[in-house]
Amino acid sequence: MTRIYSALSLFKEGLAGQTGWQPAWRSPEPKPSYDVIVIGGGGHGLATAYYLAKNHNITGVAVLEKGWIGGGNTGRNTTVVRSNYYYPESVELYSLAHRLYEGLSRDLNYNVMLSQRGMVNLCHSTAEMEVGARTVNAMQINGIDAELFSPEDVRRVAPIYNFSADARFPVFGGIWQGRAGTARHDAVAWGYARAASRLGVDIIQNCEITDFIIEGGRCRGVQTTRGAIRAGRIGMAVAGHSSVLAAKAGFRLPINSYALQACVSEPVKPILDTVVLSPGTGVYVSQSDKGEIVIGGGLDRIPSYAQRGNLPTLETVIAGLLEMFPIFGQLKLMRQWAGIVDVVPDSSPIIGESPLPGLFLNCGWGTGGFKAIPAGGTLLAQLLATGKHNDISRPFDLDRFASGRLIDEAAGSGIAH
Amino acid sequence: MQLFPCPFCGPRDETEFHYGGDAGNARPDGAGMPIDRWADYLYLRTNPKGTAREIWVHMNCGEFFVMERDTVTHTVLSSTALGGEHAA
Repeated sequence: MTRIYSALSLFKEGLAGQTGWQPAWRSPEPKPSYDVIVIGGGGHGLATAYYLAKNHNITGVAVLEKGWIGGGNTGRNTTVVRSNYYYPESVELYSLAHRLYEGLSRDLNYNVMLSQRGMVNLCHSTAEMEVGARTVNAMQINGIDAELFSPEDVRRVAPIYNFSADARFPVFGGIWQGRAGTARHDAVAWGYARAASRLGVDIIQNCEITDFIIEGGRCRGVQTTRGAIRAGRIGMAVAGHSSVLAAKAGFRLPINSYALQACVSEPVKPILDTVVLSPGTGVYVSQSDKGEIVIGGGLDRIPSYAQRGNLPTLETVIAGLLEMFPIFGQLKLMRQWAGIVDVVPDSSPIIGESPLPGLFLNCGWGTGGFKAIPAGGTLLAQLLATGKHNDISRPFDLDRFASGRLIDEAAGSGIAH
Repeated sequence: MQLFPCPFCGPRDETEFHYGGDAGNARPDGAGMPIDRWADYLYLRTNPKGTAREIWVHMNCGEFFVMERDTVTHTVLSSTALGGEHAA
């Protein structure tokens, strides 16, 4: 029976007729109780379960997913991994995620196809270049790799950008993070699921939460479509539906749900080997390993739980894309979709105990949850294991909205929230 | 393109409208307001999946109104002018 993925096991299985492979994760029936329940089988939930087992030796863990794992925002994002943030609190958080991503394939024994192809945030005016220089300085002081690019540097990494004299958004330079890149989003979910399952975590799909079990003012478990399941501590990582579950638990969150669209073109030969973001158009673009041009933009402006998006925003994104890259004018779009994202007033996530004791939150990542998966998992796991914050997650507690210590990353995250 | 009904102008393109938050989120009044009540007003949102009562503004004419809407299907259920007082 083949357990480790390697070139050698691939070779051996080739000789043995591929008969030794087994399912990447088990699908057991839910038990009546666990040490910890994690609600949500996306990247954050699966990573939380993995780090509970790996870092804290807690293996009586169930991940409850209402659909299939990685079928929500983990499977709907544009796969960009980066840590080019401005405020020290955000830098700590996203740096942790970025570092863990860099070792993730080896850690999980699963190739997440991290490709550190670099990312440039363009500057379209002298004023934007001054802000760009400030951002680069802040990033460097905070220990993040960052470089202020000249127009020639941008031309070197993205020669197909619209550098013509009459370009609507001319290039004055850019903010470059060389360690940024992309990763295979499905592989992140599957890799965490496989690694967690091998450590004893139960991954239970098609199991929707219908209510919380609350006794003595404390969350003691959940009612699900597959019966009642009890646990000492419960974590939830259900981006897009955080407010819906919060309402079942009896509290409200500082979240509005919006659709964030993305789309991919038909596959073409390699033409863009980095990630390009234009604040002018609000569009960011990369090319997948399969050759598709992966296109993302700003939020739909209408609060929504519909995972499809409205046409005006898609038109704006495509118009912006063609302004940046007129060469893409002949491309055909192959797929378009939307994910529902938790938008928080300060565009920073919420990590901490909820107003219902025993229930812990990992939500509010807005448009940028994918890049943060390893950190979100690590920090929620620590909360669930110890009941106490890591220094990195402390500033992101829900209490910041009453205390006023907001971490306003609306600008630092580079794209309209 | 979806059409939203402005109580003043009638059906208009969705791009002409701007979302203004939950209807009925009245500003707390009085000295000694507990900080949690204040944070609740400023930041906490109902954010319902399904029927929602929301404040919208039609940016062309400046009319503020309450729109009842389904956040899953995007069907508009009603649209009512505010009439000067705060929406209940």
